[in-house]
Amino acid sequence: MTAPALLEVRDLTVEFSTRRGVVKAVQHVDISVAKGETLAIVGESGSGKSVTSFAVMRILDRAGRIAEGSVRFSGIDVAGADEAKMRDLRGREISMIFQNPRAALNPIRKVGHQIEDVLRQHAQAADDATAKAVAILEQVKIARPNERYHAYPFELSGGMCQRVVIALALACRPQLLIADEPTTGLDVTTQKAVMDLVVELTRERGMSTILITHDLGLAAAYCDRVVVMQQGRVVETAQSKAIFAAPSHAYTRKLMRATPRPGVTLRDLLPEEGLNGEQPHPVKPAAKLNGAANPAAGANREPLLVVEKLVKEYPRKGLATSVFSKLRGGNHAEAEQLQNFRAVDGISFTVHRGESVGLVGESGCGKSTTSTMVMRLIDKSDGVINFDGQDIGAIPAKKFARLPLRKRIQMVFQDPTDSLNPRFTAARAIADPILRLGNVRGGKAVRARCEELARQVGLPAELLDRFPHQLSGGQKARVGIARAIALNPDLVILDEPTAALDVSVQAVVLNLLQDLKEQLGMSYLFVSHDLNVVRLLCDRVIVMQAGRIVEEGPTERVLFAPEAQYTRDLLAAIPHPPV
Amino acid sequence: MTDIAAGKQEAHETGLVATISHMRYVLGEDRVTAFASGLFVLIVAAALIGPFIVPYDPLASNTAVALKPPSLSHWFGTDQLGRDVFSRVIVATRLDFFIAIASVALVFLMGGLAGVAAGFFGGWTDRIVGRIADTIMAFPLFVLAMGIVAALGNTVQNIVLATAIVNFPLYARVARAEATVRREAGFVQAARLSGNGEFRILLGHILPNIMPIMIVQMSLTMGYAILNAAGLSFIGLGVRPPMPEWGIMVAEGAAFMVSGEWWIALFPGAALMVAVFCFNLLGDGLRDIVDPQRRT
Amino acid sequence: MLSLVLKRLVLAVPSLIGVVIVTFLLTRALPGDPAAYFAGPAGTKEAIEQIRVKLGLDKPLPVQFVRYVADLSRGDLGTALTTGQPVAADIRTRLPASAELTLIGLILSMSIAVPLGILAATKPGSLIDHTCRVVTTAGVSLPVFFTGLILVYVFYYLLGWAPAPLGRLDIFYSAPPQITGFYLIDSLVAGDREVFVASLKQLILPALTLGIFSLAPIARMTRASMLAVLASDFVRTARASGLAPFTVIVTYAFRNAMLPVVTTLGMVFSFLLGANVLVEKVFAWPGIGSYAVEALIASDFAPVQGFVLTMAIMYVALNLLIDLLYGLIDPRVRLEA
Repeated sequence: MTAPALLEVRDLTVEFSTRRGVVKAVQHVDISVAKGETLAIVGESGSGKSVTSFAVMRILDRAGRIAEGSVRFSGIDVAGADEAKMRDLRGREISMIFQNPRAALNPIRKVGHQIEDVLRQHAQAADDATAKAVAILEQVKIARPNERYHAYPFELSGGMCQRVVIALALACRPQLLIADEPTTGLDVTTQKAVMDLVVELTRERGMSTILITHDLGLAAAYCDRVVVMQQGRVVETAQSKAIFAAPSHAYTRKLMRATPRPGVTLRDLLPEEGLNGEQPHPVKPAAKLNGAANPAAGANREPLLVVEKLVKEYPRKGLATSVFSKLRGGNHAEAEQLQNFRAVDGISFTVHRGESVGLVGESGCGKSTTSTMVMRLIDKSDGVINFDGQDIGAIPAKKFARLPLRKRIQMVFQDPTDSLNPRFTAARAIADPILRLGNVRGGKAVRARCEELARQVGLPAELLDRFPHQLSGGQKARVGIARAIALNPDLVILDEPTAALDVSVQAVVLNLLQDLKEQLGMSYLFVSHDLNVVRLLCDRVIVMQAGRIVEEGPTERVLFAPEAQYTRDLLAAIPHPPV
Repeated sequence: MTDIAAGKQEAHETGLVATISHMRYVLGEDRVTAFASGLFVLIVAAALIGPFIVPYDPLASNTAVALKPPSLSHWFGTDQLGRDVFSRVIVATRLDFFIAIASVALVFLMGGLAGVAAGFFGGWTDRIVGRIADTIMAFPLFVLAMGIVAALGNTVQNIVLATAIVNFPLYARVARAEATVRREAGFVQAARLSGNGEFRILLGHILPNIMPIMIVQMSLTMGYAILNAAGLSFIGLGVRPPMPEWGIMVAEGAAFMVSGEWWIALFPGAALMVAVFCFNLLGDGLRDIVDPQRRT
Repeated sequence: MLSLVLKRLVLAVPSLIGVVIVTFLLTRALPGDPAAYFAGPAGTKEAIEQIRVKLGLDKPLPVQFVRYVADLSRGDLGTALTTGQPVAADIRTRLPASAELTLIGLILSMSIAVPLGILAATKPGSLIDHTCRVVTTAGVSLPVFFTGLILVYVFYYLLGWAPAPLGRLDIFYSAPPQITGFYLIDSLVAGDREVFVASLKQLILPALTLGIFSLAPIARMTRASMLAVLASDFVRTARASGLAPFTVIVTYAFRNAMLPVVTTLGMVFSFLLGANVLVEKVFAWPGIGSYAVEALIASDFAPVQGFVLTMAIMYVALNLLIDLLYGLIDPRVRLEA
């Protein structure tokens, strides 16, 4: 007989009472976790994966309740337990870590005290609480734990905050750890460090873990078994190896296909024919093999954007610091260094016509600053930005908005929600550049152009009169793209355009971007932290670190045979699903 | 937590139809706001047609019937000069309402626009607006209003001006905060990319997003404006007698309160309370109507 | 911490300068001619003119302003025409009356408002939540002078529980020897229980009026702030760690929620200082507010100037205190200064 599962969820149904009536977020879900097992729950937004874990912890919103089914932990009936019993379980037997680690910590309380609170609550420590807290900080590999005990969350980096959160969760040595998207928003190297830490600690203690994520690759790389959820239901449960090798359910197959990984092309990301529920997509008949970049293409392409020794400096603290440093003596250069922070430190690169160049790096490397300068939204500190022979770097950002040149460089933003005016309909948002800079005049003509653009990006015309909060993430992304191509720009800068999208929507949007590029003859500067995505879309890649370029070259060369150590580190940090 | 409700939306109405049906929905669900709206309509009606339908002339004194308690002929009783309290209370609605609307409109123009510009442009605009707001804020606001009205004279215009000035910092601060939050938002960057100049972005892109909050603020300030005017009148710095205004009526009736003739001060005071209460409830309800995403 | 204090002090200076200028301008704009008042009803034109020269009122405004600032730096706030005393002395006598009233009112209101707000936030939709919302919305709608009048009517006229609203002490009693100027403290120090009880009785209604007035904004802000904090991520973490409800609400939620409430206190104080004027009129309280109003009606601008200046300085000092208090609670402010 196999040992009884540690956590047994049977036929779980969770309901929420909303303004639109009762919504079933989770329906008839069966999940079991054995002792020492690592289970992943994978799904896109709306799948109910987080709700399931909140139901297990019984920390649902006030509006939610467990309508049917049972949850048993170590034989205890969790679904029906009273609050006092649950409080005893939480933190001591079952722990949870969340996304966005800095927000998860009390901003005005020292992190050491926060760990002590948990220890004391579960009677794990009394006089030795401080020592124990320091010991736990050491276990999560925080350097100088004695000092860091007294730190406040705002003094720590994102990665360190997540370690503190893990420390909080593991302080009382629970049997089960639930990790709800713990690495979303973290750099890929930090992500690896955090996941490695979690796995190491949990295996060391024989703990069971539930990892909730939207990233199938991450799930398969770190977990024993995978549960796939879609719209509140479990569609498939299998061992990680099997999930990638032989997914049985159609949705799992679709997810798997949509996950960017080495050895596939853009077209391969799309779902197979005959699957419903996807947006209409203008598929080009000839499937180009993007995996192997066109090396010959670079040779006869003229340069469109030439950037030389571009620098962006920010003063550090301003007057006080500079006065103090001057008073303290030291040479001028030293004082200047203390004063100024170089976000971009003298980089040079070229984008040719019709080319797709990827700009890659982790947060803080200066890629976004570079792209913003090229966009002429902020001014450079030094260097040259040459667009089609004209020095656009010399034109102040404020003046650039009204020049005809503005039409030729456009941008697709990262966060589709943030980049759309909540008070504008989709049509009005797309029409904005046309009204300001375009040649089309008259309400009817503008509307016709909007509809044409909507068709091009695969946005159904009836959605044009909706507001952003009435559109899905993918639809908003399409509106942003339509707006960017409205004036037929030569160069489009894409700043992590699919980072906020579900993986299946991302697959469609990436294909759309590629098709548009070919149809309209545009050049792309694709800024991203996701090397797998860059591999699919870009001809050349530039890798940045701390404001400098560490490597550049054709995509396949850089990603298969990187020369710089940093690039190698980046590649090694990407979770590799078992192939 | 989860965006379940935002996931799948069914039929969508757009434009005016959507606003009206949403308004009906909120009013139907939130009876308090419906009640406040009804009350608001009543107050506006009293302000507009009140002077034409009251039984007695609010200024006509008749010492023979002075200090009579509420009765069938005088619903709210009579004051020390024999004037009918009910008529005076209703007629006073117009003046107080006018002061409220005028003050709010003025402070929105002054403070709201200044605040938005300060938040959006930063730099010197921000510093100057900040200095002005700080100077005003350094005074206890009612005291400053007293000072302004005393210096400039007891007229309705000066009361409106004084109220607008003392509310300037609040509006400027709210508007500035909202503008600062949106200043670097994606859609503002996108507007720049579309060729919008800075001023056009301020007026066409940012202001429409701030309006809901400003409207809520304006509704709440209407209540404060009335209280301010009434308070000024109470200490003799407001409207001059015999003009009927709620604050003055309470002041005149205060002395009689202590000796038991409660109706002279109570009814105007109650009217004050009801009006301000109505504006406050309305402000809370408006917050729900204009910005549906904010609700939980 | 010290740098924070210094920074705030430096920032307060331009505000004070602005206050001095505005006060000067406002009072010079007052109608009425103090020289005529001083000369009396029998004054001839020449006599009035002589007095005007003596008072320095014939000089151009900038000169008058310089004189004014010079006087101020010596602590000379001028002489009140209505009382004949130096304004500084008058204010020193009357300020404690207002301060005592305001402080007791504030203590009363905070001791009800804060728990009410917390309870309303932790039990949303309950009776106490609805009560809180009604009370706060009604509270901000009540004119403060009206509240005072109603209280007087009910508790003095109808029920006879409270004494007549005739000031700080019944005429039978004499004020305790002045140490702080606060009758409650001074009478206790002097060991005079009767005077203590008598002053307390006189204090109750006006303090209650001010308390009711300030209750609403404090309760409202506490409730809103608690609601926001209780929905935050770190409270979710605290709950997920199994911390006891008391710990979650007090140590985690409340301390964070108090930050905006402390900021609101500054605003509440501004309202209170203004409401003081009105309450003092209703209860014939010999405080600084009624002093100023009497002077205002008589166009006696030295007391008005002194009053506005004192109020503004007190308010600036108070805001400084609040900023410091904020810095004590929130380490982010402290460490970034």
